[in-house]
Amino acid sequence: MDDIILCVEGYAKQFYLHSRQRLIPSAAQVDLTVRAGQLTALIGPTGAGKSSVLKGIYRTYLPSAGRLIYTDAHGHKLDLALAGEHRILELRQREIGFVTQFLHCLPRQPALDVVAEPLVIRGATREAARKQAADLLERLAVPQRLWGVPPATFSGGEKQRINLARGLIARPRLLLLDEPTASLDSATTEHVITLIEEMKQDGIGMIAIFHHPALVERLADAVVALSPPVIAGALIETIA
Amino acid sequence: MSRKILEVNSLTKIHGTGCPLCLASTGPEADTNICPYCGSVVAAHGVSFDLYQGEILGIIGESGSGKSTVVKTLYFDDAPSAGEAVFFDEDAQYDLYSLNAAQQRSLRNKRFGMVYQNPHLGLNFNVSAGGNIAERLLMSDVANYGAIRERARNLLVRTEVLENRMDENPKKFSGGMQQRVQIAKALATRPPLLYLDEVTTGLDLSVQAAILDLILEIQHELGTAMIVVTHDLGVVRLLAGRTLVMKYGRVIETGLTDQILEDPQHAYTQRLVASAL
Ligand SMILES: Nc1ncnc2c1ncn2[C@@H]1O[C@H](COP(=O)(O)OP(=O)(O)OP(=O)(O)O)[C@@H](O)[C@H]1O
Ligand SMILES: Nc1ncnc2c1ncn2[C@@H]1O[C@H](COP(=O)(O)OP(=O)(O)O)[C@@H](O)[C@H]1O
Ligand SMILES: [Mg+2]
Ligand SMILES: [Mg+2]
Ligand SMILES: [Zn+2]
Repeated sequence: MDDIILCVEGYAKQFYLHSRQRLIPSAAQVDLTVRAGQLTALIGPTGAGKSSVLKGIYRTYLPSAGRLIYTDAHGHKLDLALAGEHRILELRQREIGFVTQFLHCLPRQPALDVVAEPLVIRGATREAARKQAADLLERLAVPQRLWGVPPATFSGGEKQRINLARGLIARPRLLLLDEPTASLDSATTEHVITLIEEMKQDGIGMIAIFHHPALVERLADAVVALSPPVIAGALIETIA
Repeated sequence: MSRKILEVNSLTKIHGTGCPLCLASTGPEADTNICPYCGSVVAAHGVSFDLYQGEILGIIGESGSGKSTVVKTLYFDDAPSAGEAVFFDEDAQYDLYSLNAAQQRSLRNKRFGMVYQNPHLGLNFNVSAGGNIAERLLMSDVANYGAIRERARNLLVRTEVLENRMDENPKKFSGGMQQRVQIAKALATRPPLLYLDEVTTGLDLSVQAAILDLILEIQHELGTAMIVVTHDLGVVRLLAGRTLVMKYGRVIETGLTDQILEDPQHAYTQRLVASAL
């Protein structure tokens, strides 16, 4: 079908740690598909490799195996595992967003600008970007007194909402979400759910890791269950 | 897709007379950059990379790994021993090391900017902050006194140096302020390419943060391509999309910055990242 944005086949990731001369498997045999306007949920126990899948797609990790075929806005297909660094940077700027578990931002930048930044990078005026950022922060119930403050001193839940707003603001085609509601109370979680539903209606495809099965139930169009990879490292070591 | 602004191929810089064994007997495997046969220092060898318009490239590595050597040869502070670099300007391209001295000076004054760790290298401490900027503008054909003064004022305001200190000598400024004046001076001719060598090293953390913010703001506003040399992994994390890792004069690893920091491939990079945590 032509609404497929991403098709991952046989993704695996291992880390070779030189200091310990060890191979550490972090994900294996992952197949998944993401369609426009749909959410694919990744589930599995701690250590199953959920984050490692998202990081492989975003190329924070270099995939060890597999094909990660992405269809870009012009309908061109490319393998994210093999794409050049400049191409990946361009996709990150225009098409693929990642809401990570932790927020990285400039120490001095006020929350409003942290959220507005992806739009500014895409060429929006600072005024327009700030206005949209303010709308989003309001919808995520981030108290207005925090907007002008750098997020460094925020609570976990506040930081998370800043991170989420920053990921959503630029309306990527493909959005990767790593536990976007982990430290939120139930009222705020409801706001996030509403936003995610809207984004689905807008045609944004998502891969998300949720720690609550209830969220998977409510939001996922497809579910991919991961189990911790076999300790191939130990095997290889005994063979070698 | 943005265009390439710089292409560096096999850049090499050897200090000393050199001998046929220099290259084979130095580098990460040899664990030294000093040739045991002739004593020459192989400061950089075989350094290749591309830089795109508006992109920030980080160069990390420990002291002596050759980071500054790379930007110094690109800024014509030093001549390379071998290798080439091509600068793609708006409507022309220049093979940097085939140019004559006057052509090199012209690119350096108008199209490249440099900010040094040591403000003494970038600033003239015999003239005022505004005068430093005026000097650079004069070298690049802007000749009207009023226009120069106005431009200098705007640049200093933009880099958050107090306007009323424009006529003071930067000798009296704090380290952070001196770096701001250097940045203002480097930006005076709106160069599309800027080199930053350890610009936050030795400054207080809060001052460092403010300078890093300023650098990113400038990149967003002006679309300036930059090469940022640092031994501070936090600096590349905040600024650079891609990063080169150097050791004993060689590039041992290159990648997207988040990948270099979270999934380093080379044993040395793994140690570097682990020791910074
Ligand atoms: N950068 C890394 N270097 C070495 N090992 C790693 C790295 N990242 C992940 N791993 C290992 O890979 C495995 C999978 O980790 P990952 O973070 O993907 O798990 P997860 O499913 O997201 O777990 P959690 O639910 O705890 O977040 C773990 O054993 C982890 O320790
Ligand atoms: N002018 C020079 N003469 C001799 N050796 C030099 C000179 N400049 C740099 N070096 C040597 O080259 C190596 C690389 O230096 P440099 O590029 O300044 O490293 P970094 O910036 O990574 O600290 C060092 O061993 C340094 O001592
Ligand atoms: Mg995880
Ligand atoms: Mg140096
Ligand atoms: Zn030698």
